[in-house]
Amino acid sequence: MEEKIRVMVAKPGLDGHDRGAKVVATAFRDAGFEVIYTGLHQTPEMIVDAAIQEDVDILSISVLSGAHMTIFPRLLALLKERGAEEIHVIGGGIIPREDARQLIAQGVGAIFGPGTPTGEAVAYIRDWHAGRKTG
Amino acid sequence: MATRDEATAGEIGLRARELADRLARGERRAIAQAISRVEDDTPVGRALLDLVFPRTGGAYRLGVTGPPGSGKSTLVHGLARRLRDGGRRVGVLAIDPTSPFTGGAILGDRVRMTSAAGDEGFFVRSMASRGSTGGVSAATYEASEILEAAGFDWILIETVGVGQAELEVVELTDCVLLVLVPESGDAVQVMKAGIMEIADLFVINKFDREGGDRLQRDLMLAMELSDWRRPGGWTPPVVPAVALREEGLDEILARAEEHRAWLLGDRERLREARAAKLRKRMEVLLNRTLIERTWRGSALRARLDQDLARIAAHELSPYQWVEDALSL
Ligand SMILES: Nc1nc2c(ncn2[C@@H]2O[C@H](COP(=O)(O)OP(=O)(O)OP(=O)(O)O)[C@@H](O)[C@H]2O)c(=O)[nH]1
Ligand SMILES: [Mg+2]
Repeated sequence: MEEKIRVMVAKPGLDGHDRGAKVVATAFRDAGFEVIYTGLHQTPEMIVDAAIQEDVDILSISVLSGAHMTIFPRLLALLKERGAEEIHVIGGGIIPREDARQLIAQGVGAIFGPGTPTGEAVAYIRDWHAGRKTG
Repeated sequence: MATRDEATAGEIGLRARELADRLARGERRAIAQAISRVEDDTPVGRALLDLVFPRTGGAYRLGVTGPPGSGKSTLVHGLARRLRDGGRRVGVLAIDPTSPFTGGAILGDRVRMTSAAGDEGFFVRSMASRGSTGGVSAATYEASEILEAAGFDWILIETVGVGQAELEVVELTDCVLLVLVPESGDAVQVMKAGIMEIADLFVINKFDREGGDRLQRDLMLAMELSDWRRPGGWTPPVVPAVALREEGLDEILARAEEHRAWLLGDRERLREARAAKLRKRMEVLLNRTLIERTWRGSALRARLDQDLARIAAHELSPYQWVEDALSL
């Protein structure tokens, strides 16, 4: 059977709505991915434990609260601690360029700023997945 | 996860055994990866199922089905928590539909199952139906065997929200719980949908809303009038619940335990019930494999491409074409 790309779309923290996350989830579904949607208000611990149970390839996180410089490093550390660092973390939200650079240096795969067409994230995930398969 | 299992038979066996050992230790990441192997039907996944099979068969499988939005996930979460409080190890498989157009899926049942985080005795896995139409996916039973091998003794299976369908969940589980809501209408509508016969237990959820008691009365009457009584005398109980407020859950579990005791109380009955289900499952397995093998490496697709225009133009009979294609 064909392997499916599994992506978890999560939104940590206490900030408001999840419209953005739903838009992303829908775009990923339309690209043929299996999208696990976990809803709002997840702690990094909950997100990582869910990502492990779901055996996702990609963990897509959106952060609007400004807490990205604590949330992403925490997620990466937890994944490592649990022996799941193969799960590839990407992110979106309001993240200044310099912060994005730092996060990528720490191991986040890519950061997509507000207004980025969802197609870019889809293309990124496909490329990453294809590269890993041959690598 | 999606790493290809391209390897020699020896390697495959080795990797399956390693995964089986980690499963037996209850390692969460191993459980998750094993389910993926089985879901993707890889050689390691198949070898793993052979390995763990002798250790499976003891878990209790409860199917939870019902129309979209009736509260299945909320209920499953509540039941799982209660079972956890009672010291059971609980595995949940929650199935949502795959889009027939894109092959993608949004799996959202997890939103209601928050307490699966950080509890080693509670494991939740979302599965996409991947083309199956019976409310579960082709690998749902296999995934439940993995959970069982990892030491989960209660396995709850939430189906796709179905209205009318052939419900495969019956073959996969020991007990089927049908979740209805007051808006499900009167019992006649439920009867028409043809899902009534499969229930071992009815739950009228969202009983906080108008109309629940009427549906309850209708259901009980409908059952008296007809002989949905299971062979051996099990009459499906009807239990009101408000899953959102965790009301009615103890009674549901008590009834489920009764059903279990009823099954177990008569060894012959349990054996027969399981044998009949196993037989159906074997036929499904056989069908699936036959279909795969028939297509794989055959020239059927090319031949169909070639002849399709003539069939469309009514120059060639589709029925004759199939006969000819398969008799080669
Ligand atoms: N009023 C009321 N609402 C409830 C109750 N139980 C669940 N809900 C709500 O019903 C909605 C659907 O609940 P889910 O548990 O997701 O239903 P589901 O059957 O799993 O849905 P699908 O998997 O999409 O078919 C949610 O908004 C729940 O909060 C209840 O007892 N009363
Ligand atoms: Mg659900």
